[in-house]
Amino acid sequence: MSVAPLVVALVQVTVAVAFAPLVVGVTRQTRARLEGRVGPGVLQPARDLRKLLAKTPLRAAGTSPVTVVAPVVLLTSSLLLAALVPLVAALPLSLVPGDLFVAVSVLLLGTVAIALLGLDAGSAFGGMGSSRHMTISALVEPTVLVSVYALSIPVGSSALALIVAARRDHPASIASPAGVLAVVALVIVVIAETGRLPIDNPSTHLELTMIHEAMELEQSGRDLAWVDLASWLRLSVLLGLVGNLVLPWGVAGSAGFGPVLLGALALAGKLALLAVLLAAAEVAMAKLRLFRVPELLAGSFVLAFLAVTASYLVA
Amino acid sequence: MNPVAWGLLAQVVLAVCAVASALATRGHVRNVLAGSACAGVAGAGAVTGMSVLAGGTVAVQVTTALPVPPMVLAPDRLGGLLMLLVGAVGVIASVYAIGYVHGASASRTQWAALALFLLGMQLVPAAGDVVAFLLAWELMAAASTVLVLAEHAHRHTVRHAAVWYAVMTHLSFVLILAGFAALSAAGGSTSFAALAGTGTAGAGATVAFVLLTVGFAAKAGLVPLHVWLPRAHPEAPSHASALMSAAMVSLGAYGILLVGVRLMPDAPTWWAVLLIALGAGSAVYGILHAGVATDLKRLLAYSTSENLGLVVAAIGLAMLLRTHHVPGAASAAIVAALLLLVSHAAFKATLFLGAGAVLRATGERDLDRMGGLVHTMPWTAATFGVGSLGAASLPVTGGFVAEWTLLQALIHGVRPADRVVAVVVPLTLGLIALTAGLALVTFVKAFGIAFLARARSAAVLGAREAPWSMRVPMVLGALGVLALGLLPGPVAAAAASAVGAEGARVAGLGGVELTGVGAVLSPAALVGLGAVVALPALVLVLALARQRPATADVLAWGCGGVRTSPRMQYNATSYAEPVMRIFNDALQPSRDVVVTHLAESTYHAERVRFSQRVDDVVEARLFRPLVAAADALAERARRVQNGSINRYLGFSFTALVAVLLVVAG
Repeated sequence: MSVAPLVVALVQVTVAVAFAPLVVGVTRQTRARLEGRVGPGVLQPARDLRKLLAKTPLRAAGTSPVTVVAPVVLLTSSLLLAALVPLVAALPLSLVPGDLFVAVSVLLLGTVAIALLGLDAGSAFGGMGSSRHMTISALVEPTVLVSVYALSIPVGSSALALIVAARRDHPASIASPAGVLAVVALVIVVIAETGRLPIDNPSTHLELTMIHEAMELEQSGRDLAWVDLASWLRLSVLLGLVGNLVLPWGVAGSAGFGPVLLGALALAGKLALLAVLLAAAEVAMAKLRLFRVPELLAGSFVLAFLAVTASYLVA
Repeated sequence: MNPVAWGLLAQVVLAVCAVASALATRGHVRNVLAGSACAGVAGAGAVTGMSVLAGGTVAVQVTTALPVPPMVLAPDRLGGLLMLLVGAVGVIASVYAIGYVHGASASRTQWAALALFLLGMQLVPAAGDVVAFLLAWELMAAASTVLVLAEHAHRHTVRHAAVWYAVMTHLSFVLILAGFAALSAAGGSTSFAALAGTGTAGAGATVAFVLLTVGFAAKAGLVPLHVWLPRAHPEAPSHASALMSAAMVSLGAYGILLVGVRLMPDAPTWWAVLLIALGAGSAVYGILHAGVATDLKRLLAYSTSENLGLVVAAIGLAMLLRTHHVPGAASAAIVAALLLLVSHAAFKATLFLGAGAVLRATGERDLDRMGGLVHTMPWTAATFGVGSLGAASLPVTGGFVAEWTLLQALIHGVRPADRVVAVVVPLTLGLIALTAGLALVTFVKAFGIAFLARARSAAVLGAREAPWSMRVPMVLGALGVLALGLLPGPVAAAAASAVGAEGARVAGLGGVELTGVGAVLSPAALVGLGAVVALPALVLVLALARQRPATADVLAWGCGGVRTSPRMQYNATSYAEPVMRIFNDALQPSRDVVVTHLAESTYHAERVRFSQRVDDVVEARLFRPLVAAADALAERARRVQNGSINRYLGFSFTALVAVLLVVAG
């Protein structure tokens, strides 16, 4: 494996870890301002993380090693995702293609880790969150794969780096019907996978409506810190991917210092924009009833399928 | 004699030894001797398969007293791959059986049937002509029926299951017999070597294909002929379920490969579309039922339907893409079919052996009554966990690589100008993705509910870990799942050579390169990358854990109250409730809620009883009416036979007159 893409991948992971708390800070701050509150500032998630890491974790009686291991597995999956997805640079690794199937599998490994974490303590809430979370993940999968299929048809490859590079080099494909439909479908999927409104409310603590929060109810101290960081990373990486698909400019095409720095700055801009947009959209939206969610996801599947059809018309 | 011939001979000799030791000895000695001999049969099969894969060929002619031409045993590479697969599963299942069997399943009939079953399964892929194939097939079918019947004296459900199984397996046999008869008539020979390349144009070939496909689909457990699977697998002893589910159903897929790839390779489009529809339909239907099943072994049986569905869909896809001139993606699809088959064998054997260990320790198959087994049965939990990862196609297991290969074949099978491909491929992709998603729910449920959280019944609290003779095979199975996931390159290359496709070769670090579509995956490199990025976090975790050890034994969150009843946890039924509700129309569960009110007030409920049943829709709508119609017909036919001797004499007389009339006319 050549060294340059590997180094760039590690840089990407570092950048993602640095940006993730800020992305969440920006969404929370924007939301607070739009709702007429002062807000704690964009650095609050980072301060929370530092506080949690310094605390002693409490673990429920009768929990298994899964409770100890799952937060670390979840974090690893998010970090690996940050290495595989083209955020700063679109340079495919030679032996591990930044293939969307591999990326999705890595993401799902994290999903499974947190679902098992939810079950392990044996409380009703954990099981409830776990069950709902897995059901939504299952329904999301067809949309992900079909929309990526649509995006891959013009490129002839499912490697994300190649798709992003192709869109950067031929901006006309961004506004093509197939491209737009596929990206809209992907956005719905990203919202579902990261537990944002209207599918899950990230700030709720009402037991009966929780999905993500219900699974981490038993976590505390550094366990909670890892779970939170991993979820924030997941949000940032997927938003970054959407950002790079819609606005592929600035993504580095080579491994030099200059292009990578430019790529990181461009990523910061895109993430800030998307975080503000996400928060603004969430303020204007109410959570869907759980059993209306499948309708939304079926709709996104139809969009993805239309994207495939549209891409045939062009090809 | 060359190694392949020696291997075939050794299997027969060892099978005779196994039957002899099963009949001649008793008690624990019988278990050890017969079990070792069975493992020897399977091991010899695996070695034979390997030497066939390495290029060894043989054509053994066996002359029998039957009025048919001599049987030919001449395994080709594809047969060799299957012999290796069946042999590997056979070894771990036989060793496991030594520690597992007890009571009725340790009888001499059962051990002898196991040996014959293993031999039959080896001879099916070794067969070089129709006669040998059918005889071996029947040996396998009959011996497995005996295995299913093991505990018939204790549970009436076993007898029920065995009847379903015997009927379906012989239906499959009859269809295959008729199909091969049609094929031999069309091709003018019974030897596979001479039949290879039979034209697909004539009516004879079409009839043969349809009959053979339906016959093999019944053995592979494809919907709508899957009805025996969810009945027979739960009732058979677990080592037999593992063998049937991991090895025997694979031979159904082998049959479809034999027909579609070796004997009649130039398939018309509709054959391929039929296989894709059959496979994708089975996959979705199977995984939906697995997702809502609460009986652990029933869940695994439905998941077998799902996986074999994926295999057959991949075979159909390969046929479709080859007919429509996308050779690169076609070769990737056929490699995907074989990788799916091999990885399914590995994880399904591991899962069934794990389910057997739980069953033996707790007497429970019902997930709703399990929980917390990770504390008492850590080895079983770990191996079952690895098997579940494989079944959910997550990295780094064989299931993940196989599914990745299939998706690569789909994504590179783009031909916008060709309408059939343009419609079929994305639809298949969507169905396979839905299957993959539901498989995740299913296996998170199976592992999480059975092994995590707190025990839901008293039987589970006293569980003891399985003995070493059962643990070692389970660990070997789990290692197999991981090895297929970490070093898939050699397996994929062997699979490609087995079907004569230039589809796959070994890439760096034991990875796989699909040459037809230009895609590379090296799971070992993925693991390495994961280790590198996780290293700082791991160091931090260890440092913090040393500085501030966690406080265990605090109370779980209960809304401010102390809620200690394990019945308040989510169980398998509630876990699958969202899936059940979303797919209500497809599953059609029957629910019953009975509320008992307090005598004083109808506003207060004293007790609420909830029960739910999910009947197989195909069984209820297709097979029940068929069985009822057959019953009604039999009832009507019985009127002819009322036991009166006069009437029978009348029949004889009429028949005689009829014969005379025919002869005279």
